[in-house]
Amino acid sequence: MSLQLSPPKTPTETPMKTSTAPRFSRKPGKGMTHKRKSILLTIVMGFMAVYALLPLFWLFVNSTKTQPELFSSFGLWFSGDFALWDNIGQTLTYNDGEFLRWLANTVLYVVVGAGGATFLATLAGYGLAKFDFPGKRAVFAVVLGAVAIPGTALAVPTFLMFSELGLTNTPWSVIIPSLISPFGLYLVWIYAVEAVPTEVLEAARMDGAGEFRTFFTISLRMLAPGFVTVLLFTVVATWNNYFLPLIMLSESTWYPLTVGLNNWNAQATTAGGDAIYNLVITGSLLTIVPIIIAFLFLQRYWQSGLTAGSVK
Amino acid sequence: MTTTLNATVATEAPTQKRSRGRWTGWAFVGPFMFVFSLVFLAPVLYAIYLSLFQDQMVGGTKFVGGANYVQAMTDPQFWDSVRRVAVFLVVQVPIMLGVALAVALAIDSNRLRFASFFRISIFLPYAVPAVVATLMWGFIYGPRFGLVGNLNELFGWAIPDPLSNHWILVAIGNIVTWEFIGYNMLIFYAALKTIPNELYEAASIDGAGAFSVIRNIKIPSIRGAIGIASIFSVIGSFQLFNEPNILKSLAPNAISSFFTPNMYAYNLSFAGQQFNYAAAIAMIMGVLTMIVAYIVQLSGSRKDS
Amino acid sequence: MKINHRLRRAVTVLTAGLLVGSLAACGGSSPDGNANAQGVGAEEIATALQTETTLTVWGWAPQLEPIVEAFEEKYPKVKVNLENVGTGNDHYTKVQNAIKAGSGAPDVAQIEYAALPQFALSDALVDLKDYGASNLEANYTASTWGSVNINDGIYALPQDSGPMAMFYRADVFEKHGIDVPETWDEYIAAGKKLHAADPKAYIANDIGDAGFTTSMIWQAGGQPYKIDGPTTVDINLQDEGSKAWTKNWNQLVEGKLLAPVASWSDEWYKGLSDGSIATLIIGAWMPANLESGATDGSGKWRVAPMPTYEAGKPVSAENGGGGDAVLKQSKNKAAAYGFLEFSNGPEGSKIHAANGGFPSTTADLENPEFLNAQSKYFGDQKINEILVQAAKDVVPGWSYLPFQTYANSIFNDTVGQSYGSNSDLNPGLIAWQDASVKYGNQQGFTVTAK
Repeated sequence: MSLQLSPPKTPTETPMKTSTAPRFSRKPGKGMTHKRKSILLTIVMGFMAVYALLPLFWLFVNSTKTQPELFSSFGLWFSGDFALWDNIGQTLTYNDGEFLRWLANTVLYVVVGAGGATFLATLAGYGLAKFDFPGKRAVFAVVLGAVAIPGTALAVPTFLMFSELGLTNTPWSVIIPSLISPFGLYLVWIYAVEAVPTEVLEAARMDGAGEFRTFFTISLRMLAPGFVTVLLFTVVATWNNYFLPLIMLSESTWYPLTVGLNNWNAQATTAGGDAIYNLVITGSLLTIVPIIIAFLFLQRYWQSGLTAGSVK
Repeated sequence: MTTTLNATVATEAPTQKRSRGRWTGWAFVGPFMFVFSLVFLAPVLYAIYLSLFQDQMVGGTKFVGGANYVQAMTDPQFWDSVRRVAVFLVVQVPIMLGVALAVALAIDSNRLRFASFFRISIFLPYAVPAVVATLMWGFIYGPRFGLVGNLNELFGWAIPDPLSNHWILVAIGNIVTWEFIGYNMLIFYAALKTIPNELYEAASIDGAGAFSVIRNIKIPSIRGAIGIASIFSVIGSFQLFNEPNILKSLAPNAISSFFTPNMYAYNLSFAGQQFNYAAAIAMIMGVLTMIVAYIVQLSGSRKDS
Repeated sequence: MKINHRLRRAVTVLTAGLLVGSLAACGGSSPDGNANAQGVGAEEIATALQTETTLTVWGWAPQLEPIVEAFEEKYPKVKVNLENVGTGNDHYTKVQNAIKAGSGAPDVAQIEYAALPQFALSDALVDLKDYGASNLEANYTASTWGSVNINDGIYALPQDSGPMAMFYRADVFEKHGIDVPETWDEYIAAGKKLHAADPKAYIANDIGDAGFTTSMIWQAGGQPYKIDGPTTVDINLQDEGSKAWTKNWNQLVEGKLLAPVASWSDEWYKGLSDGSIATLIIGAWMPANLESGATDGSGKWRVAPMPTYEAGKPVSAENGGGGDAVLKQSKNKAAAYGFLEFSNGPEGSKIHAANGGFPSTTADLENPEFLNAQSKYFGDQKINEILVQAAKDVVPGWSYLPFQTYANSIFNDTVGQSYGSNSDLNPGLIAWQDASVKYGNQQGFTVTAK
């Protein structure tokens, strides 16, 4: 699926240094202020970044501490031995390396779940934006209506149904529900209205191209910023999916990282349990790293939106 | 199959997409709707069915018709929770969306140094699992041994206890804002990216300033994204669950078991085995949420005209 | 093809759901559905353990893993799938869901004493009397055996127990010249003295915890819950014992002498490490948690009997602990019971105790090796002597509600409000009682407030 999506290699994709020409070529007309960097704006945004990163800094600092140090030192600064590598080693090997198994499960759920969800949402959002068909209004209302009903109250009915279908305690019970991203659907819908001009589609139809061919060869590329945004959201959502797997899965062999980490966290609260807060914290840090990598990887596709714009 | 069908129709009526293959759209929407029916619609229908029964630990299940709904309408705990999320919605959603929009515009403005650094750092909180986010904020909020306690001691400040009855909603609002600014920022940012260049070119010919471009081009162009972000934020507020539910272990008295409608339904369903009543509450919340979302959408479209 | 099949399945689910619902509606639940299981002999159980079987066990106790290993070694034909499906309420939710769904439940599940009545009375558990469990009474302490005995049935075999004791920081007491309190009056005086000397230090932490409160009322001689037959319950949270406790504890609550820190939070472990929480009134299973969670407290903690209302008259209560039960859904009930006999019998409980658990079996509690063990963490004190004595001092006759899990979930909505405003606990207890009565009656019990 991602094959069709890979954008043409244009210079715009090279790392976005703030002052290189390609980025500006995007909006050639906006030359009046000529990109003088505003220091005030940068400072204000600096505060925003501190707000966003401070708790993450706490996470990093504390993953460098040993268990006793965790409870005896100031939380926002380093203290004692720098135990990060040791903590990482322990996290990966604790209890026969179950962390790695959970990591593999999570990757499976993300690839199939988030990939599938993004694909379905893009297909459907595009269909809603660019076609008129019987029942279109009903689709809008039904999806919004179902989303408005609190999911936690539906957990028991969903569990009972899945149990009836024999899906509980299998990876499918996690994957199938995560294939649906109503928000992704609406997002692609509104992007497609703006980003894919109807004239382009008409031109393609004139050339005799089928609707699906047009979608994969032309429209998808124009939708890239929306598609990538939805993909990022669904990746994060499936990566952090907690409640559903907690209800559906009873074998730790299928746990995703979130449920596994929560079990580790709960260990400290049970008689004779081994308190491993340092591993919970290090595990959490390790859990966020792949998301950062995914973000860095995906953000280049926002740039591809530029090329989409230039098609017109 | 669709290919040939469309091709022939297209030649007949190139400008009238309506008349060509009326059902073609379903080929795109169908797969989504199929899975959607299985994982959303079927449980909803099942829940509606369940909401008409009462299941007792002693005496089993019996049909009670609308009794659960009647009970919910006069349940003070339920309406208490609805009031609380309504207050939350009115205060937190505008702040969060306003800041997210400002940040998106700033990053898109080309006048910012290290724009890509800001983009990822402000998005990152969204990537933190809720359990971890609570661990972190729980530490920061700790009035005795936590960061708030440390700050009060170090500087002689008197920051009130964020986990006390009076401040707990603010404390939760802060966590939600922290988590979702980046999320909404990205929605707006991606929408800004789809604005065609011609619009900017036209503006520069007119000699429009930066703020004029924001007001006259950028905001109107991403109205759809703002609308959808608003509706989903409304839904999110009404369904507030994760943050208070996890924080409850640190502030069990300030966060009641009926702190939000969703928590109430959850506790009834899991601790109380009253999933019939919980289903009725979920349905009422669904209708309420739809109404509010509709009003938000209406007021949004009124501004446009 | 496959998709088609799934689709059809999906469609049938709804109708199936309707059917199940209406069937249940007609049928009601028959309390004597286990008549045919009457009297399963020892041979049958022994045979089951020599037959190729797989048992599924759900539990979160860390000691289960070594126990299962030893079991599989002894009975190689039985394979045990041990799954940690969550701790406490997460675990119960899953068991409950599987019961509701009619399939997917384990053969054996760990269940705490407070949650046991709920599962027993909802007809989800096997009455172990049918397997000869009555003969095992002598093996367990009176209080734990009382906890698994519900309505003349035996619904679990005890595993661990939590007789309460007072854990305290000897270093903090010494620093402020505080004697180890033996009565509650002395305890409260110590709390005042400590907090006055060091405003950052507290005698204990408590922001309202249902399990702690019920145990404290238990120790004060209260019996707020009386179960009278399978569906009749009396609640009286204003009985003599309950009032004795509030009279005592109110002084700490109203005097703001309790650290407002939630138990099991990282702030709590911090307080236990640095001594700003000076005592813990808690179950005997706590040492292992202190050792792994508050490593910095090593050598500074000591154990003493729980303070009492009357000097020189030791009294204790149970706090936490639980056992293992066989579910009705199990297809290998005999083998499952065989597993229980091993894991909760002499062999299993030895392993349990060796792995940081506090036993419920009299043989282990009286074992001199166990009694004389010196704990380095507690400055070489023989802590088990005190903890085992506490087990003997537990007040008999306590029972929990058949819906204790729910009652506990709303504890902080009611009693917690008294804690939150540092005011009299009695109105909170009354509100808790009212809410419990209302819920119980909604669930079809006959609940009366006394």
